[in-house]
Amino acid sequence: MSIDKKIVDDLVANDVSFITTVPCKQLAGVIDEVDARPEIFHIPSNKEDEGMGLCAGAWMGGKRPAIIMQNTAIGVTINTLATLTQYYRMPLPMLISYRGELREPVACQVEMAVHTKALLNQMNIPTYHFHKESDADELDAILKYTFMCNKPVAILTDASFWGGYGDQ
Amino acid sequence: MIRSEILREIAPILHDQLVVCNIGLPSQELHMIDDNAKNFYMLGTMGLSSSIGFGLALAQDKIVISIDGDGSVLTNLGTLPTIANNVADNYILMIIDNGSYGSTGDQPTYAGKKTKLENVAAACGCESVVTVQDVDAGKALQAAIDSKKMTIIVVKCESGNIKLPVITMDPVVIRDRFMKAVAS
Repeated sequence: MSIDKKIVDDLVANDVSFITTVPCKQLAGVIDEVDARPEIFHIPSNKEDEGMGLCAGAWMGGKRPAIIMQNTAIGVTINTLATLTQYYRMPLPMLISYRGELREPVACQVEMAVHTKALLNQMNIPTYHFHKESDADELDAILKYTFMCNKPVAILTDASFWGGYGDQ
Repeated sequence: MIRSEILREIAPILHDQLVVCNIGLPSQELHMIDDNAKNFYMLGTMGLSSSIGFGLALAQDKIVISIDGDGSVLTNLGTLPTIANNVADNYILMIIDNGSYGSTGDQPTYAGKKTKLENVAAACGCESVVTVQDVDAGKALQAAIDSKKMTIIVVKCESGNIKLPVITMDPVVIRDRFMKAVAS
């Protein structure tokens, strides 16, 4: 089974049915899989804080949401995470492409990578880092944990997890 | 009319609907005029009233009205293409356009200058965009509810604020009673 399909299977198995995405090359296969599943309403966002607003509304409407985005989005969404998702105590699994780690070809991506875990730590956001493909075995438990505790939870997936950048 | 007068006038229409209300004075005014479980007050996160309301409308069948402001829509302008391209006919976005950032001291917004949010919404692909003067806000809102079509209403009004206290309700209480009202 492809890792993209396994990830989306876990989302569906945990009744996640409302997913917003901001495009990412590493997550392109997951986003395609999300879009193809009839169990999931897929709504692309223009910016990640907008997406978190959509997820907040969807959750209050009875659907389990998730957001798929890059780690650069942590820089965009600190205020939304603090004053909406955390303040109103809402669950939000964040499947995050962890750009700027080993095998990264674009130097500028490293500039946010070095802040990513520090920011998540500062925000008291439970954070899981997928480095090897077998790390994804925990996704099911992470999703259950997220909807148990009603918190935003970060799942960082680095280039090694995705098998590098192909031609790099 | 100023925003608080408009809210007072449309409160009887809002009363029976799910309302997501913008941060700052709009939420404080609605809270004072007609606090009830079907109101979701934003205590922070400027710009996301439309997104929260739209996500809610997409997730269930009841009518949802987002009360937003021109300044807040400008903060989250990317919301309009998302709304336009994912039509939810149980969704109404009411933008109270007073051309100023009311909660922060009435600094002028670009919507009060050259930028016309009704034109922006239409250009983004929103199919039903209604522009009305303050006195016609209630009529336009009722028509939008009756139409069962996703509608963007831009209400033009005067800037100006009344003095009133902040909302001291706990956010989790606001959210929990709102979710129960959504599910009921």
